[in-house]
Amino acid sequence: MALNREQVEHVAKLARLSLTTEEAERLSVQLTQILDYVAKLQELDVSKVEPTTHSVEVASTPLRDDVPRESLPVDEALANAPARDGSHFSVPRIIE
Amino acid sequence: MKITDLSLADLSRKLAAKEVSAVEATRACLDRIAAVDGAIHAFLLVDEAGALAQARASDERRARGEARGPLDGVPVALKDLFCTKGLPTTCGSRILEGFVPPYDSTHVQRLKDAGAVLLGKLNMDEFAMGSSNENSAFGPCHNPWDLARTTGGSSGGSAAAVAARMCFASLGTDTGGSIRQPAALTGTTGIKPTYGRCSRYGVIAFASSLDQVGPFARTVEDCATVLQTIAGRDPLDSTSLDAPVPDWVGGLANAEVKGMRLGVPREYFREGLDPDVERCVRAALRQLVDLGAELVEVSLPHTDYGIATYYLVAPAEASSNLARYDGVRYGLSVREEGGGLREMYFRTRAAGFGPEVKRRIMIGTYALSSGYYDAYYLRAQKVRTLIRRDFEAAFAEVDAIVAPTTPMPAFRLGERLDDPLQMYLGDVFAVPANLAGLPGMSVPCGFTAQDLPVGLQILGRPLDEASVFRVGAAYQRVTDWHLRAPKEVAS
Repeated sequence: MALNREQVEHVAKLARLSLTTEEAERLSVQLTQILDYVAKLQELDVSKVEPTTHSVEVASTPLRDDVPRESLPVDEALANAPARDGSHFSVPRIIE
Repeated sequence: MKITDLSLADLSRKLAAKEVSAVEATRACLDRIAAVDGAIHAFLLVDEAGALAQARASDERRARGEARGPLDGVPVALKDLFCTKGLPTTCGSRILEGFVPPYDSTHVQRLKDAGAVLLGKLNMDEFAMGSSNENSAFGPCHNPWDLARTTGGSSGGSAAAVAARMCFASLGTDTGGSIRQPAALTGTTGIKPTYGRCSRYGVIAFASSLDQVGPFARTVEDCATVLQTIAGRDPLDSTSLDAPVPDWVGGLANAEVKGMRLGVPREYFREGLDPDVERCVRAALRQLVDLGAELVEVSLPHTDYGIATYYLVAPAEASSNLARYDGVRYGLSVREEGGGLREMYFRTRAAGFGPEVKRRIMIGTYALSSGYYDAYYLRAQKVRTLIRRDFEAAFAEVDAIVAPTTPMPAFRLGERLDDPLQMYLGDVFAVPANLAGLPGMSVPCGFTAQDLPVGLQILGRPLDEASVFRVGAAYQRVTDWHLRAPKEVAS
């Protein structure tokens, strides 16, 4: 299954990645190779096979009681923020 | 004997006997790092002041008669994807350069509680994506056995730091072989436990249904000691298993393989297997027979589909996990005058991620995208079931499986960089255990003609690390491959 430049650019848009022309061209070749390889899964009949999402059966995924507890203080949570505004993360304008 | 040449268990005994202090052991490691790591580049960060302070605290505890156990005062190091409160954590990526976590991962907390001395953070492939450590944004790690060759990956720094005796044990993660493959390529012992045996809290995520934490050390016993400390249910990770952690170390004192049935998968021995690797592994199997084990040929018929399955499942999960790197809350943020939010996302991610990470995000996004989900991701998850069933059938006949860890010894730096698929194919014997969630360990089992280490892989049933350790410990009792050190490296 070949992935052309246009498709590569579409996927990049979905992934929020801007690619240079060079990157898009290289990825078109490499992703085509990889998709050709993984196509070998089509050889198998999996019509009656359930998918595995958890490799090890977990008896239950218990939820803890919904009681409030201490969380990360605002200043610590914001310590790595590229930009902040008071007690908030600050981002560039959203409406274009 | 130099302090750094001791095994973890030996150091632990000397600390207990007060023949060596934690500060002396830590100093010895720091000196060793200063002497050799310029050439190896296992460490991305050495926390000299922090390590020495922890070592002093350990010595003081011991003087008061309050030593905490076998890891108290033992210098160890961490792959740079374990969040360490107050210490930069990069995950080998520019996108996290400068990030200082506000909390410790569960493993860091458990190691600190056990009194271990944390020397620093270790080199790795960016976001743990790679099999050679060449995808690190901060430069590759060099194999101590031959500096022109790779350590394997993605936990290359964790393997090299133990191999070159810069620490007594290290932690890594194994999503598709990232502990076992570098352990094999550097002559160290490394175990990936059962999926869920160790928490993933505070471990920067790659592929959440596959990621698992585990130790590297020089011996099976040392790996068991570290795993014993970090394993077990964690309320902060709902996929961590609520299963009792057995006394693995205690069980090893008289470990024997006599009477064990060991499966030899026929699909792991054929074309493409390096003749030197095969020779070493076959010799190891004969030795296990001499120790009283019975070898049983088993078949894992879907082995050949492992790589294709893995390279859909892992990138799909990664593309979702890595959506969080958006330039808003931490790490790199590329903002242009007058640019909007969308532009910030695109530019930040373009500048922050390296080529392999972009490649995986692209494969994963494609495999999950509308119209392709059934053909790729869902189908891969179904083949994953077939791979699990192969192992279930095999484990109905045998107690453990023994096989090569990798088809080839350490390859040259740069050799596979331009051919991602070729790099992926090297993980053929490693990824099935991740897809099936099984525990797997690599132990050194010989050297190629070029003096490169070879690893024997031991796989067990889910939650049966005990059998894996038992085979490994019995083997190491009658061999000395694991005790060999690379010839002196000079920076």
